[in-house]
Amino acid sequence: MAATTTEKKQLRIATRNCGFIDPENIDDYIALRGYEGLAKVLTMTPAEVVDLVKRSGLRGRGGAGFPTGIKWGIALGNKADQKYMVCNADEGDPGAFMDRAVLEGDPHSVVEAMAIGGYAIGATRGTVYIRAEYPLAIKRLKKAIDDARDYGLLGENIFGSGFDFDIELKYGAGAFVCGEETALIRSMEGKRGEPVTKPPFPAQSGYWEKPTIVNNVETFANIPAIIINGADWFSGIGTATSKGTKVFALAGKIQNVGLIEVPMGITLREVIFDIGGGCPDGKAFKAVQTGGPSGGALANKDLDVAIDYESLAACKSIMGSGGMVVMDEDDCMVSVAKFFLDFTMDETCGKCTPCRIGSKRLYEILDRITKGKGTRADLDHLKSLSEIIKDTALCGLGQTMPNPILSTMDTFADEYAAHIDNKKCPAHVCTALLTYTIDPAKCTGCGLCTRVCPVECISGTKKQPHTIDATRCIKCGACYDKCKFDSIIKQ
Amino acid sequence: MSTIRSLEDLKAKRQEILDRKAVAKGKTIINVSLATCSIAAGGKVAMEAMQDEVAKNGLTGVEFMQSGCMTYCYAEPTVEITLPGKTPVVFGGVDENRARELVTEYVMKGEPVEGIIPVNYERVVL
Repeated sequence: MAATTTEKKQLRIATRNCGFIDPENIDDYIALRGYEGLAKVLTMTPAEVVDLVKRSGLRGRGGAGFPTGIKWGIALGNKADQKYMVCNADEGDPGAFMDRAVLEGDPHSVVEAMAIGGYAIGATRGTVYIRAEYPLAIKRLKKAIDDARDYGLLGENIFGSGFDFDIELKYGAGAFVCGEETALIRSMEGKRGEPVTKPPFPAQSGYWEKPTIVNNVETFANIPAIIINGADWFSGIGTATSKGTKVFALAGKIQNVGLIEVPMGITLREVIFDIGGGCPDGKAFKAVQTGGPSGGALANKDLDVAIDYESLAACKSIMGSGGMVVMDEDDCMVSVAKFFLDFTMDETCGKCTPCRIGSKRLYEILDRITKGKGTRADLDHLKSLSEIIKDTALCGLGQTMPNPILSTMDTFADEYAAHIDNKKCPAHVCTALLTYTIDPAKCTGCGLCTRVCPVECISGTKKQPHTIDATRCIKCGACYDKCKFDSIIKQ
Repeated sequence: MSTIRSLEDLKAKRQEILDRKAVAKGKTIINVSLATCSIAAGGKVAMEAMQDEVAKNGLTGVEFMQSGCMTYCYAEPTVEITLPGKTPVVFGGVDENRARELVTEYVMKGEPVEGIIPVNYERVVL
């Protein structure tokens, strides 16, 4: 297998079986060497397994990119009567669906990887924390666990090695903060899903204060392939600091909406134009939000950046869990920042003040700007408040919440300025800043617009150009949508 | 189900599964993407239409399977058809009419049908 795939661009490791096997049939998985990785690690010592994962260079695919092998090593080094292996399947980023696709398409790879991890750290119990909003993933995962148990691949004395491991499911109510590992563990314990300060890290003291490893679905999906093909094979793919592949969910204004898996080091341009096919309807690409609400908007200037954890961070964004929301010329970046703030404002657990109140205040300022009531002072407030929240919030949700604002303010400063100084929205999105007029040269006087206008502010004689009374116009856009002659101008 | 107690057991099991699958060779395999999103896009409708068309034409030697995400959201519902001895082909935008056409034209006559999605990835097969 070549390390780079210049021809096909995509390389599928974590999603290797998705679409190729019946996820509800364990035999389909076994036919593709399923559970051989588990059999192999049981002939090794736990330290050897941890070392293999360390050498592979695999980093956490949930977003933060912490080296998986090092994390496992910490849990292995902590003595305890009980340890836990947890799969974080609480995928909540707007526009992200990688984990659901893996669980619905290849649940056994996650089950097998959890058992491998359990052996490596000395855990006999595993839990998949999955949001209840994923009923089909839950159903297929449950069947996978039951079937593995029936075959003796989970339970007691697996492969006659004396190793016991079993998996249960716990359901999340779909709260974004519960994807944060300390909040996730609290939720598993039946408490409110609120984060706690680290350290201690879960690998030291987690679920019921026992050493606990929390890994993301995609991280797990890579494990069986790494065990079978070896650390050198995996570390031969990708860049110096980021090994292997990353699954992205391409969404938004992109021709080929879908799931892709690419080797680390591929450029954004290749992802968006070669694989994604660019923006639909010939529109110009404007930005791509990576890393969901914790990430930032990358623009044209960043298109040739190689995708890895460090390069994205250098561009003030993050890898994140893999949501990629593409925006075109018709998107207003202030509104985009407001959209993500609206999301985090809803999803904050409210435990710490910077996040609970800060998100609300940031949202209010952005809302003011999109309504044409923003001032230059608002920009300073946005920036300083954002920086304070980053420094003072308790967990990752709050610390990263201002990222969409900071990155759009940086890259699209002129758009913020247009909203504040000229009271105009260059992308023609912010309703309050729009004016609708009629081009007399194009208007045929058909009268369609007068009939759809809810406030009856359009007038004119039949077959003569009509006019809009701007003082009464509520800017609903009904006339714009209805006009067959493109004679309504939205500015 | 028989319990797998060792790596040898697992390998024997795998061989048994592969042998059983070898029997399916010589059959046409119709694989429908049925993840949550593919179902919402009409994957089940496509599957039922194809099953109906297969039954209506009295075809034997056609096997249906479901799989998860085929990754082509933009072209859902997607269906992969493997004719005996041929490379699998994925078709996109398979609504009810196209589903029936796939059976009558592609499965029955091997005639090319529009909507083929080119393979744009390499895949690790363990």
